[in-house]
Amino acid sequence: MIWDPQNECMDPEQRRELQLHRLRATVARLAANVPYYRNKFAENDVDPLGIESLDDLQYLPFTTKDDLRETYPTGMFAVPVSELVRVHASSGTTGTPVVAGYTRSDIDIWAEMMARTICLGGGDNSDILQVAYGYGLFTGGLGLHYGGEKVGCTVIPMSAGNTARQIMMMRDLGTTMVACTPSYALTLADELIDEGIDAGELNLKSGLFGAEVWSQASRKAIEEMLQLKAYDIYGLTEVIGPGVSADCEYGCGMHICDDHFIPEIIDPETEAVLPEGEEGEIVFTCITKQAFPVIRFRSRDITRLHYGKCECGRTSARMERVSGRDDDMLIIRGVNVFPGQIENVLVNIDETLPHYQLVVTKEGRLDVLEVQVEVSQEIFADTIRALEAVEQKIQGALASALGITCRVKLIEPKSIERSIGKAKRVIDLREE
Amino acid sequence: MTLEEKVTKQVSVFLENKSGRLAEVCQVLGDAGVNMRALCIADTSDFGILRLIVNDPTRATKILQERGFGVGEADVLALVVPDRPGGLASVLAMLTDAGVNVEYMYAFFITVDGDAVVLFRIDDEQIASTVALLEENGVRTLRAEEVYAL
Repeated sequence: MIWDPQNECMDPEQRRELQLHRLRATVARLAANVPYYRNKFAENDVDPLGIESLDDLQYLPFTTKDDLRETYPTGMFAVPVSELVRVHASSGTTGTPVVAGYTRSDIDIWAEMMARTICLGGGDNSDILQVAYGYGLFTGGLGLHYGGEKVGCTVIPMSAGNTARQIMMMRDLGTTMVACTPSYALTLADELIDEGIDAGELNLKSGLFGAEVWSQASRKAIEEMLQLKAYDIYGLTEVIGPGVSADCEYGCGMHICDDHFIPEIIDPETEAVLPEGEEGEIVFTCITKQAFPVIRFRSRDITRLHYGKCECGRTSARMERVSGRDDDMLIIRGVNVFPGQIENVLVNIDETLPHYQLVVTKEGRLDVLEVQVEVSQEIFADTIRALEAVEQKIQGALASALGITCRVKLIEPKSIERSIGKAKRVIDLREE
Repeated sequence: MTLEEKVTKQVSVFLENKSGRLAEVCQVLGDAGVNMRALCIADTSDFGILRLIVNDPTRATKILQERGFGVGEADVLALVVPDRPGGLASVLAMLTDAGVNVEYMYAFFITVDGDAVVLFRIDDEQIASTVALLEENGVRTLRAEEVYAL
């Protein structure tokens, strides 16, 4: 089912006109109401009333996370705080969090986008949606919650954690859709095994997974273990939260709500706009938000954009699953390493995804990457020889995939802390 | 006596080399009323494998799994070896001559009728032929039931 066929399947030319109209209004409003943007436009010789076509977007200045930190907490808001009905905040893993404000209209628009996401994932008003994203300042929980209610799903507001209780509700209430981070989906799957429950006994149909970068391998593992179809959903607190884009059943890229956000792909080094299909950093401009619209927000997420009508009927721009978040990238002895690459190698060792963690240290002046892998039932053997062979096999596969030598250490099951939200895969102990 | 009866189940546990883990395994088994009959530890600088003969291997495996340990079961043979100089040497020579690959072995602390009991881990595909070989040469293999009750 398509939630909003009028907007999601709109004629592309008509959508571009709508985008231009909305962009002009947003830029004019920001120049009038947000001193930070007014100054930025002036510094970059941008006439906020002079936008004549969508091509002019490339002349507007970028907004970075540093800009948002500098204006913390409310310096980027385009409305007085009294007009806000809610705030959320980013997890702030790297210092100051970003506070996002929402007017009533923003909340309504957001619920519309989340409704699109849920329908993209095969949902409708007959579904029982278990929201296992955290509720609170994090946008995941309440975002999915409002979308679910908008569609008419029966929403179970579990929030994250309390895994045994999640499974109980899932089974007793017959949950058909579950929404959580991919790493928490794996935790749920583990709990099923521990409790001796066959996923086939549950009523799960689809899962809406996002908020962290996950590999294709991890998707396959989750689909098999939970016996559902996994959909990638995408969003950022700085842009609105989840709902920015999501997979449809054809899995050919996540459909962006591009009547609300204009996406661009840029070269992260030169900042030049790249043509369709080229890989680069995705940048978003909000064109319908009232409280906290960002212009050309640098997401740090690496992906590609595709246009053209999808088999599902939607005409919106599509982005490929995010291959790496600039922030997650590790530089080990000068080589760029994404945790997802390591995950892919591990899954291919024995077809299941082990729990793992990456620990980076410095020995002398040399970076050392230790890949800690929990010993699963599949890996375990009663001879040292066999276990050392597993270590060497992983090490060899990592060396050929990454081009660097890593240390592989087998560790006891359940010794890596299970995440209920975003998984902490990397522990970097190097001193800056 | 069937082959199955002659094969003793050994419980193996993966342990990281950090203090207190062995004590924890022992405590878990003790609390569950599982009695340990023999044990040996093989280790590297990072991890170790604890191998156990207990009175109830199925229960021990289940309990350790529930407690989150990495556990496996392996088939071993419990041989009655004459408790005299050269006793073990003669058994090993016989196995070597027959091309039986011994992965590892360890001994019980207690004796049976004055003889020592030594546990042998050999390749799974060689177990049946080895049992026959031992029988031909008059080396007694304890039945699993006897081992668990030692």
